[in-house]
Amino acid sequence: MQPFGLFSTRALSAAALAGTLLAGVAAPARAQAPAAQAPAAAASNTFDAVRSRGTLSCGVNTGVAGFAQPDSQGVWRGLDVDYCRAIAVALFNDANKVRFVPTTAQNRFTALQSGEVDLLARNTTWTLSRDTSLGFDFAAVNFYDGQGFMVKTSTGAKSGKDLEGATICVQPGTTTEQNLTEWARANRIRFSPVVIERLEEVVQAYASGRCDAYTTDISGLASTRSTQPNSEEHVILPDVISKEPLGPLVRQGDARFADVVRWTHFLLIAAEEFGITQANAAQMVNDPRPEVQRMLGRGGDLGKMLGLDNAWGLNVIRAVGNYGELFERHLTPIGIKRGPNALWTNGGLQYAPPFR
Amino acid sequence: MSQTTMDPRLLRAPPKRKLRLSWADERVRGIVWQILVVGLFGAIFYWLWSNTVHNLEVRRIATGFGFLDREAGLPIGESLIEYSPTDTYLRALLVGLLNTLKVAVVGIVLATVLGTLVGIARLSRNWLLSKVAGVYIEVIRDLPLLLQLLFWYSIMQSLPGPRQSLNPVEGVFLSNRGLKLPWLEWQDAHTYALLAFVAGAVGTWLWSRRATALRLQDGKPRPVWPAALGLLVGLPLVVWFAFGAPWTVDWPALRGFNFRGGLTVTPEYFALLLGLVLYTAGFIAEIVRAGIQAVPHGQWEAAQALGLRRGAVLKRIVLPQALRVIIPPMTSQYLNITKNSSLAVAIGYQDIVSIANTVLNQTGQAIEGIAIIMLVYLTISLSISLFMNWYNARIALVER
Repeated sequence: MQPFGLFSTRALSAAALAGTLLAGVAAPARAQAPAAQAPAAAASNTFDAVRSRGTLSCGVNTGVAGFAQPDSQGVWRGLDVDYCRAIAVALFNDANKVRFVPTTAQNRFTALQSGEVDLLARNTTWTLSRDTSLGFDFAAVNFYDGQGFMVKTSTGAKSGKDLEGATICVQPGTTTEQNLTEWARANRIRFSPVVIERLEEVVQAYASGRCDAYTTDISGLASTRSTQPNSEEHVILPDVISKEPLGPLVRQGDARFADVVRWTHFLLIAAEEFGITQANAAQMVNDPRPEVQRMLGRGGDLGKMLGLDNAWGLNVIRAVGNYGELFERHLTPIGIKRGPNALWTNGGLQYAPPFR
Repeated sequence: MSQTTMDPRLLRAPPKRKLRLSWADERVRGIVWQILVVGLFGAIFYWLWSNTVHNLEVRRIATGFGFLDREAGLPIGESLIEYSPTDTYLRALLVGLLNTLKVAVVGIVLATVLGTLVGIARLSRNWLLSKVAGVYIEVIRDLPLLLQLLFWYSIMQSLPGPRQSLNPVEGVFLSNRGLKLPWLEWQDAHTYALLAFVAGAVGTWLWSRRATALRLQDGKPRPVWPAALGLLVGLPLVVWFAFGAPWTVDWPALRGFNFRGGLTVTPEYFALLLGLVLYTAGFIAEIVRAGIQAVPHGQWEAAQALGLRRGAVLKRIVLPQALRVIIPPMTSQYLNITKNSSLAVAIGYQDIVSIANTVLNQTGQAIEGIAIIMLVYLTISLSISLFMNWYNARIALVER
């Protein structure tokens, strides 16, 4: 009859994850726990643990259009999701060997720390403290973003400076809220925060008028705007108040696995640079350029050096396409421009070291 | 508790037996088992602890509570104490704790009042009143609390915006930014007057105890109310006048996006409080009804035979006896309110769970964060339990 409502669902999952951390972290100390069932066994050697388990466990967002969202058939779609698939192809040559674990802003780090997921591809900003004291390694930056504000056109606000006295909706547990307070302090702007954890709830609070503005990464704003019934009634202000390099990250302690993630990202970038696409990858194997041949496994032993099949590059691109194709497929439809995410050859920041 | 004189046979000391070091000795067996069980638990705990520490080290995850001194940088919408994002995590957590207490304490008081009224209404001989109370209890108890909170919160959100806010009385505004009330500009004089009031309350209590004791000695009644009036009203007024009787009202006014000045009841707090009070009051009403019905009918009849009216019977005869049945389950309801207040995270009220979750997330100290949350709830809940047990023992039937 009585509910045992000690914690909300969110907090409960955080508690459960702390429990997993306690128990899961404890397990590897046992003499050689069987590797099969195991967030636990993933502790020190993720690469071998994932390979022997046969699937990649990938933490993604709970639902951000363009990055990670299940479509009407329940199939996950998005840039981050395709990164998970690309790495699954690199490891197993099978894009379906991924288990997607939706994570909230608050429970994502415990999920990765505890071994619940092997890889987190979830709009996560690369910062020094996350890279060090949280025990993670950021493998790459797959989207250069920045934080901004969205307001209703009816408020008449033209820039961030017009937000004096405004009520601003923000999700907790992210760099977003810290950037917001620092920006407000630097610009002497007073605001009242409304802090709600669930994305749907915070967007609802903004849409209903509880807040004057909603702040998050501009890609997230664009994604939210695209899902609003009257998207032309919302405007994203020109201010960009922070650097948000988003990218996939892994636990510290297995450089080999981090290398696989990092070089899969570089592969997608380099493939765009060399014009290798999902459609023409099979023919490009015969391309005379030596670097293309090395990427696609025709020449050299680059795949073996990563501990993978030599044809991993070919497999990955055939399965998901190159970075430009991913961008076009997921982000262009919701109105995000290439901007800083263009290739370095086009004046952007996306750049891959040489494949040799 | 019992004041019966001891049976003289029981005062005799039990015969002392020497401990025989043999498995046949019941006490030796008992001691061995206890050592084994305690040792086992200790070993399990030690194993969990040392492994966790070791593996956290291996993964280079920082541990410890050192992060509490670092700058929090997190925005908090409402706070009982001064807070800015430049303060430390410790202070942010303190704000969260106070926010939890703010909703729990007010919720407990309101739910008790409402629940008692509804419980009595359900037993009323007025058909309509008793049916309305019955329907309220059934509906409220059968819906999940989280759903109710989201319902109330969405109602708050669908209120008009600040520029079109409802303005029923001068200075009172109701909008989707919350309820705005005019409020006294708080000055030192008000703090001292408040302290004087507290001192007055203690003084009144002492005097009423003394008056009862004297009356038991000589039988002369000594009225308490003149002293109470002087101590509770006169003393604070005197103190307030002594400090120059400051009286400035802070009126809320619409400026820019929002209201400035005045007292704000945020929609988040109001939705949470409303949801918790209405929900818990449904349970309390049933406890009160059960408690009243547990008093034997003969008590009613006997009191009525003495010529007491229904209200007086309820107040003087039935409720004091019903309280003995009511208090123990009531403790559980108070604990429930406190713990359910953690559902606040769903609707953006920043209680201890919400803030500790954020801190946990920013610092990555999951184990420490969850430990803090558990410690806070354990402390609050144990305090409520202790108080209620003390109160229960006080009103328990003294058998002679």
